[in-house]
Amino acid sequence: MTLELALVADLSQVLEAFWRGSLGTSSAFFSGTLVRAIPLAILGVGISIAFRAGVFNIGGEGQLLLGATAGTVVGLHSAGLGPAGLVLALLASVAAGALWAAIAAALRARFGVLEVISTIMLNFVAVNLVSYLVRGPLQEPTRVYPQTDPIPMAARLPRLWPETRLHAGLIIAIAIAAAAWWFLARTAAGFRVRAVGASPTASMVTGRVNVSRVTFAALVASGGLAGLAGGIEVSGVTYALYENLSPGYGFSAIAVAILARLHPLAVLGSALLFATLETGALGMQRDAGVPSVVAAALEAVVILVVVGLSGGVGDTSWRGWRGRAPRVQATA
Amino acid sequence: MGVRGRANGVVSPDESGGEPALELRGVAKRFGDVTAVEDVDLAVSPGSVHALLGENGAGKTTLMRLAYGLIRADAGEIRLFGRQAREHSVQQAVRAGVGMVHQHLSLVPSLTAAENLVLGAHGIYRPRSAEALLRATSESSGLRVPHDALARDLSVVEQQRLEILKALARGARLLILDEPTAVLAPPDIDELLRWIRDFVAQGGSVVLVTHKLREALAIADQVTVLRRGRVTFAGTANESSEEELSRAIFPDKLDNTVSAPSVAPGASVVQADRINVADARGAQRIRGASFQLHRGEIIGLAAIEGSGHRELLAALSALRPTWSGKLLLPPRIALIPADRAREALIPEFTLAENVALHQVGRRRGLLDWDALATRTAALLQRFAIVAPSPSVPARTLSGGNQQRLVVARELEHEVDLIVADNPTRGLDVRATAFVQEQLRSAAARGAAVVFHSSDLDELLSIATRVLVVFHGEVRETGLDRDQVGRAMLGASEAA
Repeated sequence: MTLELALVADLSQVLEAFWRGSLGTSSAFFSGTLVRAIPLAILGVGISIAFRAGVFNIGGEGQLLLGATAGTVVGLHSAGLGPAGLVLALLASVAAGALWAAIAAALRARFGVLEVISTIMLNFVAVNLVSYLVRGPLQEPTRVYPQTDPIPMAARLPRLWPETRLHAGLIIAIAIAAAAWWFLARTAAGFRVRAVGASPTASMVTGRVNVSRVTFAALVASGGLAGLAGGIEVSGVTYALYENLSPGYGFSAIAVAILARLHPLAVLGSALLFATLETGALGMQRDAGVPSVVAAALEAVVILVVVGLSGGVGDTSWRGWRGRAPRVQATA
Repeated sequence: MGVRGRANGVVSPDESGGEPALELRGVAKRFGDVTAVEDVDLAVSPGSVHALLGENGAGKTTLMRLAYGLIRADAGEIRLFGRQAREHSVQQAVRAGVGMVHQHLSLVPSLTAAENLVLGAHGIYRPRSAEALLRATSESSGLRVPHDALARDLSVVEQQRLEILKALARGARLLILDEPTAVLAPPDIDELLRWIRDFVAQGGSVVLVTHKLREALAIADQVTVLRRGRVTFAGTANESSEEELSRAIFPDKLDNTVSAPSVAPGASVVQADRINVADARGAQRIRGASFQLHRGEIIGLAAIEGSGHRELLAALSALRPTWSGKLLLPPRIALIPADRAREALIPEFTLAENVALHQVGRRRGLLDWDALATRTAALLQRFAIVAPSPSVPARTLSGGNQQRLVVARELEHEVDLIVADNPTRGLDVRATAFVQEQLRSAAARGAAVVFHSSDLDELLSIATRVLVVFHGEVRETGLDRDQVGRAMLGASEAA
């Protein structure tokens, strides 16, 4: 009896902690949840593009770290360039992420190495590379902390809302999702990506598509977006490079993309949901003493339920979200 | 190691006795409404090679799968070495001494030859004894395979040997070989046929499933021909002639006159000058072919499976480069591939998307989906395709309507050349007539049509010209069905 009461009391306390940690207060929402949703959304869009092309990019984490590294390095050297420094830093992060993915893409194209394997392995390389850099060449001058100097103000993304940590990366994320949707739904190149993912054989025979070029490009683009997510994380949130800069964004984003059924616009909502789960879980841990593993398990349950209900990840159809559905002409 | 039976392929003649190694009496098998095999009698005497001939879909493989216990017969009796097989199963067939080598080899690529040999056996796996078994079987049978190589590193010849060794290691005295020569190069074929003769000389029996007439006559003691599931010929090879067998293989057509319109051929659109074409693995499939195709012609490419006609069609549709020689192709080529669901359409995509798929590799910029939907709707109407709207997935259409969509898409605009591989396969009478009509009218409008059909009657009914591909060699024959049939089977020119 007492135990049950205690559980009920605990449960409401836990839920309250979850609520306050994620959506319940404006600071939690704008400074926590939304900020966390930004890298998830950008990564999720990139992963969706790769998955759509039938390329399983599991290396978002590594590509993000490389992007963060390049963004930091360029940012640190951009003093005096003004806003151009920020732009350069973000471009560098895109290039670094794309390059990291291009290694896996080249291995696939040249030697037939499965990208699932190579991208995972490159994650480990990236993590250790960052560990080395922040203790070695890139470490701040006092040599006390394993991190870089903070990047100059000019290389930082502006805050959207003075009282919060919400930064302009949100606008970039939304723009990227919209652009990716437009690309996949409206352009010939985007259609090739979907066609190659749905049927490489038909794409080659009927579409005369250069299949390996499309898969290569999709993986590289996916890496570029992951790199950008890293660059934005540095210029918008951390202002420096250090280990554990990413709490596993690259992996959560796979779930984000799957939950969104590889739809770039749906990725925005899906990223927000996962950010909510994660910040809420942190709140539960902080205020109600719930272990974070419980929250991780909760996330997994959400993915399984949604993937199960939606009939799997394999559906590549595009019906119903092309904006206007093609109309049938009167054929009478 | 647990493999039952002797570790060698040698069987003493007296052991097999006088009873047939395999005897089928009145065997029948239906799949749904389709009768695959009907009232078949067949007896394989021990120490002999029995050739089972017939066109694609004649029921040869079905019959042998029945004998091997892979599928159960609806009617009739199957006796193995004199004993009736009741509740027939593969295990029982193997125990009785039957081994089958399937047309598509079924080795595990990542296992070694020795591991593949004992795969499916019971008990504990011991590498040493598996290798010993392989060596012993290999020695006694004369079939050599590197025992520690992975199956995927073996050549096709070695893979096939290993399949035969698997059967021998399980004590097979009757080998059923399903189209064993289809995947082999000519010298390897000769070697295999020699080995088969040796095997039967030592008392073994072989059923050789093939559609190659010459091969059958060269090696077999007995020949049985199947056509549409029924036996149309049974006799000894010595007393059979090529003509007789070829007539038994291809159904007699009462109206042997050619019904195709004789359009005066126009300008040449395809010029092939001693072209060589390789398949995806790099093996040469077309050797030194020279021909010209002209506007207004409907060229039937007659060939039995594995002759190289697929590679030729791929080259003609600019999907596969030629190795050497000169091939001049026109700019506008329509392609109707053989495999609708894998090559021509993306089943989950909408009809409009499947229209957009056509040569999308050459497009740039934006796709106007409204215009594509309008275009698709127009195609649906123009080609009488039954579909609710351009935005339904292609998989919701019947096979006939899917094929109509493919034809509609490819022939939407005028083309110079149409390449079609079995364009009417699996279609009902109306859809078949539709496709044939479209090909004819496209030719009448000035396209050259080159197509293959595994149905020789269909091929001859629309073709205005026939090119026969046999063993990588392309040669022109007349439209006479006996002549074409013999050329397809590689028989000599003399009629």
